[in-house]
Amino acid sequence: MDAEYAIECRGITKTFGTVKANDGIDLNARFGEILALLGENGSGKTTLMNILSGIYHPDSGSVHVSGKALHINSPSDAIGLGIGMIHQHFKLVEIMSAMDNIILGAKDKLQKPSSLKRKILDLCDLYGLKIDPEKKIYQMSVSERQTVEILKVLYRNARILILDEPTAVLTPQETTGLFLILRKMKEKGCCVIIITHKLNEVLEISDRVTILRKGKSVATVLTAETNEARLAESMVGRAVNLSIKRPLVERGKPALEVKNLTSLEPDGRKSLSNLNFTLYSGEMLGVAGIAGSGQKALCETLTGLSKAHAGEIAYEGVNCMGKSAAEISKLGVRLAFVPEDRLGMGLVGSMGIADNMLLKTYKSGKGAFINRKPAIRQAERIIESLDIQTPGVDAPIRMLSGGNIQKVLLGREIESRPKVLIVAYPVRGLDINTSYAIYDLLNEQKRNKTAIIFCGEDIDVLLEISDRIMVLSDGRITGIESAASLTKEDVGLMMAGMDFRDKVQA
Amino acid sequence: MDYFLSFIAAVILAGTPILFGTVGEIINEKAGNLNLGVEGMMALGACAGFMAGYLLGNPALAIAASFLAGAAGALIYAVLTVTFMANQTVVGLTLTIFGVGFSNFTGEYMLTHSANNTLKIPENVMRALGGLNIQGLSALPIAGKILFSYNIFVYLGIAVAIIAGYYLKRTKIGLSVRAIGENPAAADAAGIKVAPLKYLNIVVGGGICGIGGAYASIITCGGVWMSNSVNGLGWIAVALVIFASWNPIKAILGSYVFGAFSILKYYVPKSYIPAPNAFYDMLPFLVTALILVIASIRDSKENSQPAGCGINYFREER
Repeated sequence: MDAEYAIECRGITKTFGTVKANDGIDLNARFGEILALLGENGSGKTTLMNILSGIYHPDSGSVHVSGKALHINSPSDAIGLGIGMIHQHFKLVEIMSAMDNIILGAKDKLQKPSSLKRKILDLCDLYGLKIDPEKKIYQMSVSERQTVEILKVLYRNARILILDEPTAVLTPQETTGLFLILRKMKEKGCCVIIITHKLNEVLEISDRVTILRKGKSVATVLTAETNEARLAESMVGRAVNLSIKRPLVERGKPALEVKNLTSLEPDGRKSLSNLNFTLYSGEMLGVAGIAGSGQKALCETLTGLSKAHAGEIAYEGVNCMGKSAAEISKLGVRLAFVPEDRLGMGLVGSMGIADNMLLKTYKSGKGAFINRKPAIRQAERIIESLDIQTPGVDAPIRMLSGGNIQKVLLGREIESRPKVLIVAYPVRGLDINTSYAIYDLLNEQKRNKTAIIFCGEDIDVLLEISDRIMVLSDGRITGIESAASLTKEDVGLMMAGMDFRDKVQA
Repeated sequence: MDYFLSFIAAVILAGTPILFGTVGEIINEKAGNLNLGVEGMMALGACAGFMAGYLLGNPALAIAASFLAGAAGALIYAVLTVTFMANQTVVGLTLTIFGVGFSNFTGEYMLTHSANNTLKIPENVMRALGGLNIQGLSALPIAGKILFSYNIFVYLGIAVAIIAGYYLKRTKIGLSVRAIGENPAAADAAGIKVAPLKYLNIVVGGGICGIGGAYASIITCGGVWMSNSVNGLGWIAVALVIFASWNPIKAILGSYVFGAFSILKYYVPKSYIPAPNAFYDMLPFLVTALILVIASIRDSKENSQPAGCGINYFREER
């Protein structure tokens, strides 16, 4: 009866253990329409889309495709129904060429590489995509990989496209390019569903928005009739203030001086190439760049986790070049690092908060035995001051939510009253509220005259919170500018390796 | 010259059982399953192949039985690891212990029930499985000996390796299998049926290992039952997979190189190098260890172990 809908979900429910990831979700989308699915992390967006693409089975509820109620039992069923999913973490075989990945699992006969290549290039022309079909995936940039994923879906003649957080890994320019492609698909009568938590993107690309909150579909509105504040309110459940503070702190002494810093990958490639910058106490330096442009290498070299190849690193005049993390700390440098991989590098998931505190301090204890009492007191202090939700100081922290885990990590690092604090993607995977709590914590450190390096992926946030922005591209610094003087487009150009001042001529 | 020719011939004969094991294991690992039960599957094949030859007196049935026994062992492994997601390493090791034990047990049982405490395969079977004698060709100088003088297993092994290479590299199903081995989630998302293809590869690979076992029990032991006839060949095969960089064609060469090491003691005159026999017995394993070290230094994405190898795939994992 609802033949006008390309895809319709009625009352989808899915539970994982005791968590209701989806709780009676209704959603529908038409052909020739771009629907945005908006929600915070953990609101059930990805679960819902995985149900549509046959990866999960719903516990109850029904899925209708072109008006027919169907059971999608596997990804191949979904493909057969013309549903193509582009996952947030690409599902590509790294060692194979783009071509092999595109035909992988497709139902048609094996064809000659030359005719297949032409077919792929024709498809590219039709939608304005660019790709080298014979390039191996592991040699590709993130946006090239995404193009392969899109081609995979188009090659199978999918008419319903689902994209899970497609812009998370793209520069602003690449995002614009992607949106052009999506609009073209819409013109050709495809139904496009885009999952995102970025409000501005929703407004830019979609026709309608369905908002999820805590596993429930709370509203579906026409994009033209809404705005950022209203979307945020229904996403979070109450009015939120979306502006990020940038407290003005007088710039202090140089806390970190980096000169000609170069570091190499194991294969000899330069991960950092001739970096020069100075970080002052009381300053927040935002580091922007496409994923893999050297942010990780920068953090790990500065903290002594990996060895620099050449150059100088000096914390308040103390030369730390070539020193390990333990040696740097022995030199009396108060340096703290919040890595992006919280449970991998930062904390031990199966230990409680108290034991995780001990990881940083046990060396200063005397004798062979550890004294847990100070750690327990410290844990309690952090739980109290950062409002961490936990059953107790000994509850394994992997059971906590992402936001609480991040608070534990940040709390522990701040407890050492660092002079330099390096944070990598501190709000990745956190909901809006917790993200703002983290921003506040960082700003508070800045007021305490801590020098902060903030590696981030959301350029809007970086522009708002940082004093200066340093942009990395392919291991080089393409610009260090005052954040107030930059626009998002400037940063995007620098991320792509260009000098943003060139755009006037371009 | 003659001495050298007979060395070459002996090398190829010694390498053949390893070749079967290696190709079987490559097919397993390409589908993402590290099956350490090669030794066990070879032992099962050794036992079944020998007994079929002994009891039924038919060479073709002996080879078929060894394939089926290896495949049956592999099926146990596949059920446990693919369907029940058991740890691949543990299941593989268990399969080895089971296979070797079962084979020796059956052999002992048959021995105690045999006429004069020996089990001997009938002469006609041994003749059929013996060296070729093609009119004209086998009598050629040099070429006759090193190309046309072997038993049927040798040619079967090379054929199986070439077919396996073609299957993995050039066919559509082979592409799907490689994708599963590299990234089962990607294969699944592309609509490939992961579990059935894993089963197929594990079982067929196991069967191929089984034929290698039959070679050890029938040819190497000269048609007389001996316990532990496989005796570590399966482990060498597991290491050879790495040496061959997961390529069945390269496995042909690799197996013969290892075959050479295992028979060196008969061909290096004691007067030249006065090394004890035990040293030569150790050689293949020493080289295996060296190869594992060298292979771990080699750093090529495309010629290395499939990325998903050893990890069970569960679609709904979060």
